Amino acid sequence: MSTDHMSTPTKIRVATTWLDGCSGCHMSFLDMDERLIALAERIEIVYSPLVDTKELPEQVDVGILEGSISSEDDLEKAKTFRKRCKLLVSLGDCAVNGNVPSMRNHFKLADVMDRAYRENVTLQPQIPTREVPALLGTVKPIHGVVPVDIFVPGCPPRADAIWHVLSELIEGRIPDPSQVTRFGA
Amino acid sequence: MPLPATQPNVRVVTLKIDDLDLSAREDETLIEVCRENKIPIPSLCHLDGLSVWGGCRLCVVELEGQNRLLAACSTRVAEGMRVHTNTERLQRYRRTLIELLFAERNHICSVCVSNGHCELQWLAQKCGVDHVRVPYRQQPYPVDSSHEMFRLDHNRCVLCTRCVRVCDEIEGAHTWDVMGRGSDCRVITDLARPWGESDTCTSCGKCVQVCPTGALVKQGTSVGEMVKDQHFLPILARRRHAR
Repeated sequence: MSTDHMSTPTKIRVATTWLDGCSGCHMSFLDMDERLIALAERIEIVYSPLVDTKELPEQVDVGILEGSISSEDDLEKAKTFRKRCKLLVSLGDCAVNGNVPSMRNHFKLADVMDRAYRENVTLQPQIPTREVPALLGTVKPIHGVVPVDIFVPGCPPRADAIWHVLSELIEGRIPDPSQVTRFGA
Repeated sequence: MPLPATQPNVRVVTLKIDDLDLSAREDETLIEVCRENKIPIPSLCHLDGLSVWGGCRLCVVELEGQNRLLAACSTRVAEGMRVHTNTERLQRYRRTLIELLFAERNHICSVCVSNGHCELQWLAQKCGVDHVRVPYRQQPYPVDSSHEMFRLDHNRCVLCTRCVRVCDEIEGAHTWDVMGRGSDCRVITDLARPWGESDTCTSCGKCVQVCPTGALVKQGTSVGEMVKDQHFLPILARRRHAR
């Protein structure tokens, strides 16, 4: 991807989104602090919880997914990202290995719903059905549903790790995240 | 294989490991020679001071002239051996072995008391395991918190049997054993009774210290707080064999 961009002033188009995770990976992204300014000169964030755009553009260079695949909405978003992004990055343990969201896989979905919305609720206990996506029976990492190009483990990956990965991508190299981060981080 | 007692007059052999010309006592194993010479060999079941188990297969090496891979922990050195410890094939196998360990049980590092002090987590990073290519089995395993000082979480056990060996060989209590086969295989205390009800456990904690992961931990530790201290093992093991 990036060799084309090295020769042109065009910025690398980056999209991010947040599936079943805690947003900690996006917080870690923001923890790059003043490096964000340097980054803004090389990349353009075209879609993300960090910007206003509501629609994922048709063509994106790098897609970054935080969180695991737990609902129909997560699945849909992951598929759309895969379709429109040249390079897909799994950011953080939830995206890479399921992490904490996948701990519900040991229970039946109906039991999980009961526990959350009936057993522990005192006022109008009910299973939500409107305006929330249906949960899937099994939580999966991103690469359990679509092919992923780069895996950045960590809970969350440190800002330095995210900086390393993005810097390598900007320079047109494929990063090796194991140099800078690990499961659990 | 029992630990060899150090003999006074052993012969020395010469061998080549990763193009390094080395000499070693003929009663040494390949993993010992590699560790002495700072050649990194990954392993989960091998631990200096305990008998050889050869179960994790992470220490497999290639021997020139032989197609079969050899576990460095259970292979004695021999004159003229030419060994390779880090070929592409070995890297691929080690990576797969580690991925299978992660997929078999539930090693969620971020919420583990051993996060940051875990040999499995560290090896995964060293061997470049940044994701697991096989589907996770997602089978829950029991946790035994019945012991007042320690806890056993089968979800994080890799069946290295270090606990079994240290309890038998160093503490002399033989509280631990292995039960079941395949994915049902697990370490047990006494005859699969709760650890807290064990008649043989001396509560010495050696099993906890040698456990490479967060399977055996001290009660009351929170995420990342379980730091293991294995200094006692080589000291005790050597003093005993010197007798």
